Amino acid sequence: MSVDKIWVLAEVVDGAPITTSLELITQARSLAGTVEAVAWGDATPSVAATLGEYGVTTVHDVGDLGGALPGVPVAAAIAAAVAAGAGPDAVLFPATYDGRDIAGRLSAKLDRPVLTNVVDLIADDGGLVTQHAIFGGTQVVSARFTGEGPGIYVVRAKSFPAEPSGGAPASAVAAPAPDTGATNAARIVARHVEERTGPKLDEAAVVVSGGRGLGERDSYALIEELATLLRGAAGASRAIVDAGWVPYSHQVGQTGKTVKPTVYLACGISGATQHLVGMKNSKNIVAINKDADAPIFSVADLGIVGDVHKVLPKLIDALKSRG
Amino acid sequence: MNVVVCVKQIPDPAAPPALDAGTKNLVRAGKLILDDSDAYGVEMALQLADAAGGGEVTLVSMAPNGETSGLRTALAMGAAKAILVSDDSLAGTDALGTAKVLAAAVKRAEPDLVLAATESTDGYTGTTPVQVAELLGLPSVTFAKKVEITGNSVKVERQTEAGYDEVESPLPALVTVTAGVVEPRYPSFKGIMAAKSKPVEILTVAELGLDAGEIGAAGARQEITQVADAEARAAGEIVVDEGEGHQRVIEFLEQLKVL
Repeated sequence: MSVDKIWVLAEVVDGAPITTSLELITQARSLAGTVEAVAWGDATPSVAATLGEYGVTTVHDVGDLGGALPGVPVAAAIAAAVAAGAGPDAVLFPATYDGRDIAGRLSAKLDRPVLTNVVDLIADDGGLVTQHAIFGGTQVVSARFTGEGPGIYVVRAKSFPAEPSGGAPASAVAAPAPDTGATNAARIVARHVEERTGPKLDEAAVVVSGGRGLGERDSYALIEELATLLRGAAGASRAIVDAGWVPYSHQVGQTGKTVKPTVYLACGISGATQHLVGMKNSKNIVAINKDADAPIFSVADLGIVGDVHKVLPKLIDALKSRG
Repeated sequence: MNVVVCVKQIPDPAAPPALDAGTKNLVRAGKLILDDSDAYGVEMALQLADAAGGGEVTLVSMAPNGETSGLRTALAMGAAKAILVSDDSLAGTDALGTAKVLAAAVKRAEPDLVLAATESTDGYTGTTPVQVAELLGLPSVTFAKKVEITGNSVKVERQTEAGYDEVESPLPALVTVTAGVVEPRYPSFKGIMAAKSKPVEILTVAELGLDAGEIGAAGARQEITQVADAEARAAGEIVVDEGEGHQRVIEFLEQLKVL
């Protein structure tokens, strides 16, 4: 399968393409001669300039979805283009909630397999080879499709840098979704934004995360205080999000955010695979945990074997006294 | 209201996972248990059927060797029956092939609602539920953190990057639930005893009317070309805290010029 044309799902949040989409566009440039994007919503004309700057020549605009979740209509629009012979050789999706939905729908619609949790994409022998981190990132699996395209790939955030190429604004072409009837009946009736203060979790230079080792919900205040003192963001392991201690938007890991800060402080986190895949590429990792055998220490540059309830208050006091 | 829960039986996550040297597939030969992530869907289904004033909860699963240990756990929680697809030809089946199998099995139960986890703990492809929905022509709402049934529709609070969306869909529909959507009950002794005699229908691929070419390693149309050790991080420094551990953290942050 030769790869001449790649489509990238350009997910738009607050009027701008998300960083992961720009990362995928950047990588797609090095893999195929033509890079095009798929977008939806009313902001497409205004993001065409940004997408062009990263190398996209054409944006296929599915348009306003009328409150529908994107999974069904966007997959149907891409499938229609493929059926009409105008489709790409590969479609790259960011591993977001909507990206996964659209990729899964498209896979079933086109009867093509999907590769998810991709962390690298390499041109090889005319096709694409993917890499996937498994077993908590201790091993790397390479894979490729053997059948007919288009190849469907779901790629994790921060797998590639996002670098503009200085291209002209992309031209937008309408790619309306065909009628999908009752399958497309789910509607968003209200949106709720959970307010956060300080830097964003996936952009902060310092991330301080807490886990089960905190023992109780109230101890998460230590994580928040430490994050504030370090001008960083507060994160969490899945265990304490599931326990309802902190909102889901704080979750770092497989199903949460992927972070790559200058320093990641894991406090009372054992280091399940679920968590490691979301933070192990941090530039520096500090782990504080009372269990010396916790897997988190295998990725830590500095590991403190100790009780977070003793270490964190002293750390906070020491930072405060520095002013 | 009849609810189908798609559940996966997986190798115990506490045991070190391994890949088969030949096929590079995850080794699933030993005893399998109910994926923890699925306990939430089972609990949610039981609660929704209860709130709707009745109906059955049916489990649908695919596993090698007629494995039912994980299904018995969910039956002990209160599910009424199970459909298990088990067939040697399924070895090496990918997410889409699995979705084809599950979709065919789900159809037999004619549910009002299909529940699944957002992803499995062992393979975490995370697309199988929406693939099932697409194959069955059902609307789907993924990443639910709250699920309610009112009349003939389902109302879901769906996780988003920024917070959550309220989403409504007519039934039948498929919903994937996040862990923490409900607190799964522990099976009672009575439940465990009752589960032993609950019906588990074991089906082959042929009995589901699926084409053998769509499943198994051939149907997957993908191959693993290599498995390699990841570049290991250089071993870090380990300090046992004897009251001064925080000082070492401060020195480290100073070194990095974070302080």
